[in-house]
Amino acid sequence: MDIKSYIALALTLFTIGIIGVLVRRNAIIIFMCVELMLNAVNLLLVAFSKMHALSTAAKASVNYASDAQIFVFFIMVVAAAEVSVGLAIIVMMYRNVHTVDVNFLNRLKN
Amino acid sequence: MNNILQLVWLIPVLPLLGFLINGLGRKQLTKSLSGIIGSGVILISFVLSVVVFLQIGSNHNETIHLFDFIKLNAFKITFDFKIDQLSALFLLIITGVGFLIHVYSTAYMHDEDGKDFAKYFAYLNLFVFSMLLLVMGGNYLIMFIGWEGVGLCSYLLIGYWFRNTDYTNAAKKAFIMNRIGDLGFLLALFWLIAVVGTVQYDELFTAANLAKLSAFDVTGITLLLFVGATGKSAQIPLFTWLPDAMAGPTPVSALIHAATMVTAGIYMIARSNVLFSMAHQTQVVITIVGLATALLAASIAIKQNDIKKVLAYSTVSQLGFMFLALGTGNYVAAVFHVLTHAFFKALMFLGSGSVIHAMGGEQDIRKMGGLHKHMKITSFTFLIGCIAIAGIPGFSGFFSKDEILAGAFAHNPYIYALALFAALLTAFYMFRLYIITFTGSFRGTHEQEHHLHESPKAMTIPLIVLAILSIIGGYIGVPESLGGSHHLGKYLAGVIKAEAHHLDHTTEYMLMGLSTGLVLLSIIYAWMRFKNYKIEGESKGLGKVLENKWYVDELYQMAIVNPLKSTSAFFNKIIENKIIDGAVNGVGKLVNYGGRQLRWIQSGQVGAYVLLMVIGMLLLFFIQLFL
Repeated sequence: MDIKSYIALALTLFTIGIIGVLVRRNAIIIFMCVELMLNAVNLLLVAFSKMHALSTAAKASVNYASDAQIFVFFIMVVAAAEVSVGLAIIVMMYRNVHTVDVNFLNRLKN
Repeated sequence: MNNILQLVWLIPVLPLLGFLINGLGRKQLTKSLSGIIGSGVILISFVLSVVVFLQIGSNHNETIHLFDFIKLNAFKITFDFKIDQLSALFLLIITGVGFLIHVYSTAYMHDEDGKDFAKYFAYLNLFVFSMLLLVMGGNYLIMFIGWEGVGLCSYLLIGYWFRNTDYTNAAKKAFIMNRIGDLGFLLALFWLIAVVGTVQYDELFTAANLAKLSAFDVTGITLLLFVGATGKSAQIPLFTWLPDAMAGPTPVSALIHAATMVTAGIYMIARSNVLFSMAHQTQVVITIVGLATALLAASIAIKQNDIKKVLAYSTVSQLGFMFLALGTGNYVAAVFHVLTHAFFKALMFLGSGSVIHAMGGEQDIRKMGGLHKHMKITSFTFLIGCIAIAGIPGFSGFFSKDEILAGAFAHNPYIYALALFAALLTAFYMFRLYIITFTGSFRGTHEQEHHLHESPKAMTIPLIVLAILSIIGGYIGVPESLGGSHHLGKYLAGVIKAEAHHLDHTTEYMLMGLSTGLVLLSIIYAWMRFKNYKIEGESKGLGKVLENKWYVDELYQMAIVNPLKSTSAFFNKIIENKIIDGAVNGVGKLVNYGGRQLRWIQSGQVGAYVLLMVIGMLLLFFIQLFL
């Protein structure tokens, strides 16, 4: 498939993520949007890797062509760990202030 | 023979040692011990100086090399002592008169605390050390070190009673005036180094090196050296510090005025006589300045009522005579006058110290009178000093002053006439001082009259010694016309190439007769005028101008000090406060203001941060892709 489709999809997902982070105030939604952005980048990485592996230049050194595929798995593992930490923070936040509205957390102001 | 001269460095080192012992141990030493140390080291130096004097004879000179002081490629300044007739003579004056003043000080300063007493002797020893360094140095740089040291010590000693603001101001004045002169000296040194490449006397005064100097160089260098001399030797325009230097203890005044310090300028010019003889414009300048100083100071001295002030202006006036002699190329006469002046001026200063001691610190001669009855030795020795300085034949001042006058006459009769007038003023004001102070009836309080007493032996013995020297000191330079052979002139012939003035004996007799007669007349006039002295009211006209010292201090205040002050005030107000402080404070204010404005970005809203991040990122994209 043409690489442009992948790029368009990843860009769309990333933009949705950014807009979500900017406009929503619910911490869980923001968190999900952050994940969306992360995975958009992941998708792009995989797509580029595939494209690279098919290119003529990489044919000579085929051994390294699919490294990024594995790399993405690592990222997903780290992201999963990060999600657990992030969710834990949100749970603690809810226990303390009984809300998940991020605009409530503006005590650092001034 | 050389062995003894190799030890010549002991002469200045001993006073330095005395300075260190007295200065460091001032809290431990008892008064008598520090007095003994202070005077003792000078005595040993004096004995050594006598030995050196005898060794050096009249036709020998020696440069003793100690170590290299500055070494830069080809340029080298060594730490040498030059021992010749001129420095040997000054060594005798400095250590001899210096020793007498030290002895006198032990009695005069007896009321001071032990700590201050030792401090005083430490300074005094340092003073003598600096002066010896100045005189013995084998090149101008060593002389300059001593030159600066003398200036420093005068500052320390004039401001010895530093709790009195006036005294410390006088000390500062002396130091600053001296510094102005020192700058001239320093520039002359640089000039010499630049043109000739050496400041060593032995190398400099050779025909080959002197030939390197153009007429302009010689005039410039000698004029700058003379500026240095005007500072140290209190000539117009830098003479005002010397009368104020009276703030120091009286023996210090004696030391500054007689044996050391003020003679430094004379010594320096006599030492560089080869250079000065080459520069005729400079000689003219020196003659004029010397003559003007002699007249100005003498006229001021007539109207002063402070016993030490009269003597101070008298010193300035006598120094003027010496410079007149230097300017007319009569170097021997100048050195001769330094010698005799050292005796009688030290005598009179110490005598005035004795009077002040007896009067319990009173220095105003209007409140004295009739002291002869109470203190015969002081009175008698003081009278000898007055006779000597006035130039009555037979006393030392006559020979030296007459030689200066004769030299002036040979040079230019008008200069002679003015110098003679200054000499008459000298006789007048000295006898005015004597008559008002020692004759007539006492005008002070009863308490003071009761307190009057002759000073202790440690004070009177130096007076007697100096009085004897004031009488006989002149006989080393009896001119040929009076059947003498001028030993001094012959003695110094190796160092100073005298520009002999040729006057036939008849003329010399006439000049001597004239000056002696006029001096006697002015003494008689002084006697007539002041024998029934009563305190006069405020004088008017010229008298008032003289009483106020020709308003020279006021003139300096107006012409130099005040403009300087207002310039400083201007710089303080505009440059310092507005521009420099403005820049520094401006940076602070800018950062402060900027911070306060940027603070609004830090809203605490997570969404706002993210928005900014996104905008930043888009901006980076934009820059990357389109620029």
